Amino acid sequence: MEAIVEIEEKKKTVAGSESVLKCLLEENVDTIFGYPGGAIMPVYDSLYKYENKLNHVLTRHEQGAVHAAQGYARSSGKVGVCFATSGPGATNLITGIADAQIDSTPLVCITGQVASHLLGSDAFQETDIIGISMPVTKWNFQVTSAEEIPYAISRAFYIAASGRPGPVLIDITKNAQQELMEFDYKPCEKIRSYQPYPDIDGNKIIEASKLINEAKKPLVLVGQGVTLSGAENEFKAFIQKAGLPVASTLLGLSALSTKHPLYVGFTGMHGNYGPNLKTNECDLLIAVGMRFDDRVTGDVKTYAKQAKVIHIELDPAEIDKNVKTNVAINADAKQALKLLTPLVDERSHEKWLKEFSACDDAENEKVKSEALFPNKGELKMAEVIHRISQVTEGKSIVVTDVGQHQMVASRYYEFDQKKSNITSGGLGTMGFCLPAATGAKLGAPKRQVIAIIGDGGFQMTVQELGTIMQYDIDVKILILNNSFLGMVRQWQELFFERRYSFTEMVNPDFVALAKSYNISAQKVTERKELNTAIDGWLSTEGPALLEVIVEKEENVFPMVPAGSSVSDVRLE
Amino acid sequence: MTMEQEAKEYTLSVLTEDKPGLLNRLTIIFSRRKININSLNVSSTEVAGVSRYTLVVTETKEHLEKVVKQIRKLVDVLGAFVYDEDQIFYQEIALYKVAARAFEQNGMIEKLVRNNGARIIALDKHHIIIEKTGTKHETHELYLALEPYGIWEFVRSGRVAISKSQRKTEAFIKELENSRSNKLSIKDF
Ligand SMILES: Cc1ncc(C[n+]2csc(CCOP(=O)(O)OP(=O)(O)O)c2C)c(N)n1
Repeated sequence: MEAIVEIEEKKKTVAGSESVLKCLLEENVDTIFGYPGGAIMPVYDSLYKYENKLNHVLTRHEQGAVHAAQGYARSSGKVGVCFATSGPGATNLITGIADAQIDSTPLVCITGQVASHLLGSDAFQETDIIGISMPVTKWNFQVTSAEEIPYAISRAFYIAASGRPGPVLIDITKNAQQELMEFDYKPCEKIRSYQPYPDIDGNKIIEASKLINEAKKPLVLVGQGVTLSGAENEFKAFIQKAGLPVASTLLGLSALSTKHPLYVGFTGMHGNYGPNLKTNECDLLIAVGMRFDDRVTGDVKTYAKQAKVIHIELDPAEIDKNVKTNVAINADAKQALKLLTPLVDERSHEKWLKEFSACDDAENEKVKSEALFPNKGELKMAEVIHRISQVTEGKSIVVTDVGQHQMVASRYYEFDQKKSNITSGGLGTMGFCLPAATGAKLGAPKRQVIAIIGDGGFQMTVQELGTIMQYDIDVKILILNNSFLGMVRQWQELFFERRYSFTEMVNPDFVALAKSYNISAQKVTERKELNTAIDGWLSTEGPALLEVIVEKEENVFPMVPAGSSVSDVRLE
Repeated sequence: MTMEQEAKEYTLSVLTEDKPGLLNRLTIIFSRRKININSLNVSSTEVAGVSRYTLVVTETKEHLEKVVKQIRKLVDVLGAFVYDEDQIFYQEIALYKVAARAFEQNGMIEKLVRNNGARIIALDKHHIIIEKTGTKHETHELYLALEPYGIWEFVRSGRVAISKSQRKTEAFIKELENSRSNKLSIKDF
């Protein structure tokens, strides 16, 4: 009897902490973003031996780690992974986890936890991260013994990446990291209570095709669902065959080239004039992989009431949540489009498309010409973005933060390659950009990554310059400095009678700051210097920062004021 | 206002894996939308490892459908169903503590208990404990009848409900195990 026990014990050769890393290797993880601390030290100690198998990036804050993992996930299409210790380390992840949840980004976050016998006792750095993260994760799980590690991690990757992706958190107590176990890994392939891919209802596909074939004024809205399902080609084939004009949501940008003749622009609060206005004039709205966020719909009571609505969406909870549909296709975008395209007629809607051009003309006259080609006055955000777009031929990955610069970048960067738009859409998290850009570069090392940030948001995660320096991560950072929390100031100007309550900022010398991190940096204040500065900045080897001083009180238009109808889109 | 939009009492039946923390996961979906849960019961089912949550809420059907879809998204939820009152058989248990003195004074309480299909489950020199199983309406009726005698304590259980549908829990779970399809869709209400 004793002999058997001994043999059993002998098979237990791997510490829980090491098995965490073995599991990650099994899941083809190559990059981890993290920050150590007491409760996760055994994992970090194991990492010491795995340095040449797993690339761990030490960020300067756990929020930096989680946003970097998000950027990595979105540029690579893989699951982003981050590590943090218990207590404050874990709570510092929450903003990024919430961001990933609302923007459907697959993440596996691994946190250390106090030893299981201390759980619930207010031990040093104990926090109930399972409870705290419950509402903002797709799934979470606490591991209290080493044996559970492969189970938990295999499920975590399966759940994070399948269906509508999202963040998962695995909390591992310190004793579980220290115990020995027998390592055996099987990837998770099925969970009976979780069915990520619904059976497609063929009748719905037929009904949808009928509506499309009958429509005279159809409009397609493309969302991130197309990017997430890798359906860019299927989407293009679909809209080309049926001749459907396409508008993009914020997260849908880059799913279709902005240069495509059927692309009519960006929709939503600061989207283009045509897509907003025509939403309330079309006879059929075809939403693909988007969720009718209120920044897209404005007032839902007056949204597309005249139109029939087709909604292709993987998450059943999004169907009929905000906008009632006539035909709901609960499916992954790629699968649905593959079935739908053969059933739609080859058509073109020239006259209807011309109506969009007419809207463009109005927008050009009232907004774009002045924003893109001013010949006097201070520099404008739009002309900076326009130049960058031209120099990079729309082929870079553009990571934006939150505010006016984000909307301007989304409006004027002419995306010409898929998977190129990384921004915080649903949560609108200032501070997202700089760390997300570092992660994006590591997730797509061959591509140029441009981080476009406001002076406010830059200072929310500015510490990540340290990460960029230490690992020499080639991101090109643009600060559009208006010395204001610009987007809030715009609202104050338009809706609060110019009471600029706490939105003006005294800023540090950003160039000197970047240089102190050994990052080459330059500042531009004059129009005549702009083009040369951009060219120099973009062709710098390694990370480089460009600060452009822009007009302080510029407003972003068009605008659908919050709660207004999309028909009331304002050009000025 | 259509019928659909009127708030009504609905019974939700949620089949889940028997996992710790699930109650919390479920209830935050309600609290997020500030929906009050009228009653809640958790029990085992005829299938090992599967729990059934029975919740009663007063809501509009439309709002509730959105909530149910979010419940179905929980990884450990096997299925979630919404029922109108006429789609289920259900019971609740109520216990009433009444002063023994009231009992001694006249035979009224004993009669009340008998007429209401209730029973006395404990009796000592201070108080009597009465138990009644029935619908909320029935247990409330008895409450009103006993009230003049002075109720020391009253408690009512969560609802337990069984649907009139032909579905067998085990078959339902087998179906999930064998298919790649999603949880029951909204049209299967
Ligand atoms: C973490 C966080 N706090 C507050 C806000 C509210 N907010 C939205 S935009 C904005 C201003 C952003 O200013 P800046 O980064 O300078 O960019 P700009 O709008 O000037 O381009 C603020 C404060 C937010 N989105 N995120």
